[in-house]
Amino acid sequence: MSVLEIKGLTVEVTTEDGPKEILRGVDLTVKAGEIHALMGPNGSGKSTLAYAIAGHPKYTITGGQVTLDGQDVLEMSVDERARAGLFLAMQYPVEVPGVSISNFLRTSITAIRGEAPNLRHWIKELKESMAGLQIDPQFAERNVNEGFSGGERKRTEILQMELINPKIAVLDETDSGLDVDALRVVSEGINRVCAKGETGVLLITHFTRILKYVKPDFVHVFYDGRIVREGGPELADDIEANGYAQFVTA
Amino acid sequence: MAEVKEHEVAIVPPKDHTPVIRSLSPTDFPTPTSRDEEFRFTPMSRLRDLHKGDVKPTGSMAIAVNKVTGASFEIAATKSGERIGFTDKIAAGAWSQIDAVSSLTIEANQNLTETVVVSIVGSDSVAFGQLDINVEKFASAVVIVDHIGSATYAGNIDINVADGGSVTVVSLQDWDDSAVHLAQHRITLGRDASAKHVSVTLGGEVVRILPSVHYAAPGGQAELIGLYFAGAGQHAEHRLFVDHSEANCRSNVVYKGALDGEDAHTVWVGDVLIRANAVGTDTYEINRNLVLSGGGRADSVPNLEIETGEIVGAGHASTTGRFDDEQLFYLQSRGINEDEARKLVLRGFFEDLLGQIGVPEINDRVRDSIEARLGGRI
Repeated sequence: MSVLEIKGLTVEVTTEDGPKEILRGVDLTVKAGEIHALMGPNGSGKSTLAYAIAGHPKYTITGGQVTLDGQDVLEMSVDERARAGLFLAMQYPVEVPGVSISNFLRTSITAIRGEAPNLRHWIKELKESMAGLQIDPQFAERNVNEGFSGGERKRTEILQMELINPKIAVLDETDSGLDVDALRVVSEGINRVCAKGETGVLLITHFTRILKYVKPDFVHVFYDGRIVREGGPELADDIEANGYAQFVTA
Repeated sequence: MAEVKEHEVAIVPPKDHTPVIRSLSPTDFPTPTSRDEEFRFTPMSRLRDLHKGDVKPTGSMAIAVNKVTGASFEIAATKSGERIGFTDKIAAGAWSQIDAVSSLTIEANQNLTETVVVSIVGSDSVAFGQLDINVEKFASAVVIVDHIGSATYAGNIDINVADGGSVTVVSLQDWDDSAVHLAQHRITLGRDASAKHVSVTLGGEVVRILPSVHYAAPGGQAELIGLYFAGAGQHAEHRLFVDHSEANCRSNVVYKGALDGEDAHTVWVGDVLIRANAVGTDTYEINRNLVLSGGGRADSVPNLEIETGEIVGAGHASTTGRFDDEQLFYLQSRGINEDEARKLVLRGFFEDLLGQIGVPEINDRVRDSIEARLGGRI
């Protein structure tokens, strides 16, 4: 059973006015098979946590530790983290002109699994996952995220998660910008991965909307760079009813 | 892709666009200097005196052509026949030093299915050349002119497409790193003739190609495509001139290049002139550059000069960008290591261009050459 452990994590970014601390000591443990919702108002540092775990160069770790099954994640390069079993579904996936989805996915899967997938199996696997997410098969020949709608981008992120089958998946506002139908399709994709029990999910969101489809085991309220409240699914109902203000003043 | 403006892009005000001098004799030209507009980006000290127009050959290029039905090739030890004057001392100097003209003829009404490959191989000497590609009426062909080896070479190519003819000419500059290659590629289009001229510059210390298009009659179509890669210390220059002097002609220019390493220098100048009588003209040109690592310089100057409003369209664009960290992060976050990620992005940058070139024979060669030239540094 895989475990992601975050202890006392502090992170800063460089701004025009010098370094600015964004994360002020985050403690969080996510195990395979669990779904954690990390909720918080805009600017609370949720996305920073996601990027810091994935190793984005813009964020400087100033303290604390992150381990995956005891291995020091912070010592790893971005691609090593991915190969170790971490996955980040981006809020704004970038375009990569000239690189087709099929080429990109095959390259990624080859890197993560350590060997090129059997071509026949791979095509079948890809087709099935795409069908499950209601992605047009022709998408495979389109360039990565180029000209994709918001919903198409998010579906493609979840497609990658399904194919990679990571130990820990961090989903950064995967629900934002989705209409109800797309939200349902994406949520089903997330649930399919979770159902296998091999993946722990950290679902970062501003709204409680997606939690109607993806049921969290734990809810963490994030504010001002740290977790200020933790509880079960009932905490999300509380946020739905009363908003974040109660935690902000706490 | 993050767009970084590397160099000022300007529309040059109208000026007298007829070349001041047109001649086959180098002595009719003053020796150019870097103060001349045409040479402002050119490293004159690295041209091995070719710009002085009086350098003597020390050897010759080995030329070989495959046999293709409908095409004939000969090397004639004569310089007879009409030929329009060149526009600089280098090209006229090359003409004055040769005693034979290579000519490839695509016979009238022949639609060649096999690609003609003219290989021009240098062996470290100073050499000059003139290649004529004559496409007769209603003929069509794909011709690859493959420059390899090393040389100090000034060699011009005149491409004449007769009425209704159609040709794709790919000039590959896949030289060894020590080559200096200076050339004018002059395309003349008859009525309803079309030409796709492709310049692929990968190797050579200094490569300076001047493709130009002259419409001899209405209805001509020209597509000018360029793909270039300059490594450390390499100078790759393409200076284009499309002269819309006839009605209802089209031109489309797409040049894309990547720079990698200290003192890598690329130059793209796209001059398009739409003369007062060239009504119904449709033209577009774009240049994109990707700077892979620091220390390179990409000069990109589109010039569009329009003397009539009665046109279908005219436009230009120029962008120079650096490797996008967000793209790299994205690819790496999917387990792809940094080297592989950079290769993917670079391959992607050129991939759609290879599609537009539409000569599959060169695809693997170009991909492999670029990756080899990256030399594991990237």
